[in-house]
Amino acid sequence: MKRIYADLHLCPNLKNSEQVLQIVSKASKLGYSLIGMTFPSNSTEEEIQRLRIISKDAKINLATRVDLKPKVPKELIRNLRKLRRRFEVIAVMCESKSVARQAAKDRRVDLLNFPSLDFRRRFFDKAEAELASNSLASLEIDIKPLLSLEGPARIRLLSNLRKEATIAKGFHVPIVISSGISDEKLMRKPRELVALASLFDLDEASGIEAVSKNPVTIVKRNREKLSSRFVAPGIRIIRRGKDC
Amino acid sequence: MLKRVRRRYLALEIDVGEMVSSKEFMDAVWNAVLKLYGEYGASRTGLTLINYNTEKGFAVIRTTHTTLEMVRTALASITNIANKPAAIHILTVSGTIKALYRKAKK
Repeated sequence: MKRIYADLHLCPNLKNSEQVLQIVSKASKLGYSLIGMTFPSNSTEEEIQRLRIISKDAKINLATRVDLKPKVPKELIRNLRKLRRRFEVIAVMCESKSVARQAAKDRRVDLLNFPSLDFRRRFFDKAEAELASNSLASLEIDIKPLLSLEGPARIRLLSNLRKEATIAKGFHVPIVISSGISDEKLMRKPRELVALASLFDLDEASGIEAVSKNPVTIVKRNREKLSSRFVAPGIRIIRRGKDC
Repeated sequence: MLKRVRRRYLALEIDVGEMVSSKEFMDAVWNAVLKLYGEYGASRTGLTLINYNTEKGFAVIRTTHTTLEMVRTALASITNIANKPAAIHILTVSGTIKALYRKAKK
């Protein structure tokens, strides 16, 4: 069976249709079948529909994604309640420890993302991984900073990512590798993302899972939950009507 | 007995807005390998330019099979060539030039 590759973190300027089109067609050319695009939380259904049409024309599957940047856990819970049923992927940018912990234990959160430049605010430690392993959250690693940083900053980032990847593996937290780019020139093929992931000691098999199986599972699970046929995990409506 | 060196040939697509010379291209590749793996790592790669087509943005390079993953990573990390924003994508990898061109044509 052909492997499906996904990049769940593309952030073009949604108002610039030309740039969106360029990024979508480039993703299709590079071999991705599924892309996640970051939408503002107040985006309308028409905007989403317009991008779905663009993606469909490029023969690529679009997943809607929202990035939450709450300051306190309460704000995170409020946003999740409001947005969970509107978007297929929810990522939380963990900028404080309390938010990181709340995000890791909340089953409505799909991806945990940490600021790449501020190394003191990367809260993915053993406690965080344990909480995430009991919920459904995955650790998202963006490749963009690896491409844009140089020298000591990149060395420090690689060292942190190596530590985090080892912890995630130890606690069976799925890792998702995304590009996190807004510029078409920084897009890489899935196999190239796996090669870059080897810089933080992620082996080839885990790397390939991080760009295919893990992101695809998240989108598939959430699409099932968002469908009108969903009742509870493992239970869905097969048929409606008098005969049932 | 001395072990035969196994080589790998890589067909590359160079995605850059303007034309760049083969020297500028190879400088970018060597710099990327040097930055990531240092002089010792770079010396193990045995990088050689086999073919370069400026107009088509196509190149073929050779490396040793033990350092293929290193070269792959270094190529993916290139973001500019001669100060022009660029990306290098690997089209195919092969053990012989003949098979490489056959695969690249597909």
